[in-house]
Amino acid sequence: MKSYHADERGYYGEFGGAFIPEMLYPNCEELRQNYLNIMEEPSFKKEFHQLLKDYVGRPTPLYFAKRLSEKYNTKIYLKREDLCHTGAHKVNNTIGQILMAKKLGKNRIIAETGAGQHGVATATVCALMGIQCVVYMGEIDIARQAPNVARMKMLGAEVRPATSGSKTLKDATNEAIRDWINNPVDTHYIIGSVVGPHPYPDMVARFQSVISEEIKNQLQEKEGRENPDFVIACVGGGSNAAGAYYHYLDTPEVGIIAVEAAGKGIDSGESAATSALGKIGIIHGSKTLLMQTQDGQITEPYSISAGLDYPGVGPMHAHLFASGRGEFISITDDDAMKAGLELCKLEGIIPAIESSHALAIFEDRKFNPDDVVVVNLSGRGDKDLQNYIDYFKL
Amino acid sequence: MNRIKQKLQEDKKILSIYFSAGYPNLDDTVKIIQDLEKSGVDLIEIGLPFSDPLADGPTIQESSSAALKNGMNTALLFEQLKDIRKTVSIPLILMGYFNPVLQYGVAAFCAKCEEIGIDGLILPDLPLDVYQREYEPIFKKHGLINIFLITPQTSDERIKAIDDASEGFIYMVSSASTTGAKQGFGAEQSDYFDRIANMKLSNPQIVGFGISNAETFEQATKKAKGAIIGSAFIKHLTANGVTSIGDFVKQIR
Repeated sequence: MKSYHADERGYYGEFGGAFIPEMLYPNCEELRQNYLNIMEEPSFKKEFHQLLKDYVGRPTPLYFAKRLSEKYNTKIYLKREDLCHTGAHKVNNTIGQILMAKKLGKNRIIAETGAGQHGVATATVCALMGIQCVVYMGEIDIARQAPNVARMKMLGAEVRPATSGSKTLKDATNEAIRDWINNPVDTHYIIGSVVGPHPYPDMVARFQSVISEEIKNQLQEKEGRENPDFVIACVGGGSNAAGAYYHYLDTPEVGIIAVEAAGKGIDSGESAATSALGKIGIIHGSKTLLMQTQDGQITEPYSISAGLDYPGVGPMHAHLFASGRGEFISITDDDAMKAGLELCKLEGIIPAIESSHALAIFEDRKFNPDDVVVVNLSGRGDKDLQNYIDYFKL
Repeated sequence: MNRIKQKLQEDKKILSIYFSAGYPNLDDTVKIIQDLEKSGVDLIEIGLPFSDPLADGPTIQESSSAALKNGMNTALLFEQLKDIRKTVSIPLILMGYFNPVLQYGVAAFCAKCEEIGIDGLILPDLPLDVYQREYEPIFKKHGLINIFLITPQTSDERIKAIDDASEGFIYMVSSASTTGAKQGFGAEQSDYFDRIANMKLSNPQIVGFGISNAETFEQATKKAKGAIIGSAFIKHLTANGVTSIGDFVKQIR
């Protein structure tokens, strides 16, 4: 049977692989050779699941959104990743990777961050384990995400500004990779999404797969069936989506819907809708769809949501798009903000703007009244309060 | 015979210089190449600028982004180089990241290189296995030598595999670092240089990263066939423009 998971070399169809300079080969190879074995070790599994339960607060609820369902005349469930410690699904991955780093004998952690959510989640687990932590963050992002910079500092991390290129997420990722090149022995790089060279996309997807594992059990309890008709998630790099889809990838009766950020509109020149605007290429060591010039220079994306403005997309998602397995929809800033406010009014939940993109599809994408539709509510909106205040003049 | 292989047969230490095409000014490319040859350099690596050069330190990042701002791109570089073989005979290598090559089309890129008289390519993020699986016949068809990197962390087993896959020379990265990050060599480098020399590889090695002056050039080439200077030359161009390239080369050897 055709599989939508990574093959042994880290390819999803024609996407993925490890396009890395030789300087990174030993680090990635060490990880590649060990990650599956380590994840299978009983002691690793035990500690991972214990921490997800007691520290992160899992399982997160699968909540039937009654009023939202009534409005859109279908059965909408929200997977409440917003209730995770640190406010988003990101921590599932950082818990897994910090334990991986310990097993590999690493004593220094580096990470990249855009809006700061993954940086905070990394700083959190480093504090938990007493491990040194350096987070790279674009100079521009540092200026516009002050609360998260403060959080990382309170948690004991050093925040280093990325001053190269466009001074945002992709440049922070470049700087983290350069740090890893310069520190190949003692350092583990905790990538925050299902991007980067093999084995990162597969490893991060596996750590996030707890999301769909729980959805299966919870739906069984609530609906008497493991499979929803549709699972919906927003996609920047795509880690929350990878986790929400993971156990459904090879179950064709479950529809997969990926929601990208259209920014100010796909044709506006200010967008992050990679599936619509990207072409196959290499970014951060992975062959995938990415936004680039005709000459192959990587371009700067735009979205009101800092978590979605990555110029590429994880190779799993590139494959879901190219193969037609996934349905890709893009949502503008305005529609996402409206949907975020609507969830506040109808359900009393303030979502992250990233997650609001996934919620916004119900205006145009209609479902049958008896369809069971799961939306992964990847994060909460506390971090976006200033954005909401400015947008709605609150 | 390929000009790189021919040059490597000479009984001398090889000095290779890297620069970013389109820097400091868009149209400096040909003059820099001509002056480097006149100054007695043995090999030239022409850098194809990329927006996200993740193996490079600040100096080459900055020259690369300045070159892009100046308007450099792959097609323009080929246009600038179209008559280069009328004036120089020095071996020429294009060095860059894989994505711009992929967008140009690997086969079209290699054909254009052959047409111009490029002798080899260094594409650090095109890994050995992908090259062998997908691209080796295309490179060979166009007479292009693909040059691979090794680092102090590369295992003996992998170095042997790279040696088997190589022709021309092996690009020996002197330390675990990005370009221009470290100055000078310590005990770790001596051990590494000895270790590689003792492996008796079939391809000569040329050392890159951390070479900036006569002293480091001499240290690097004690055991190896040659050495590459990149960031230090770019700093010279930044400070002096393209008028005194000969002076820079003279202070190396």
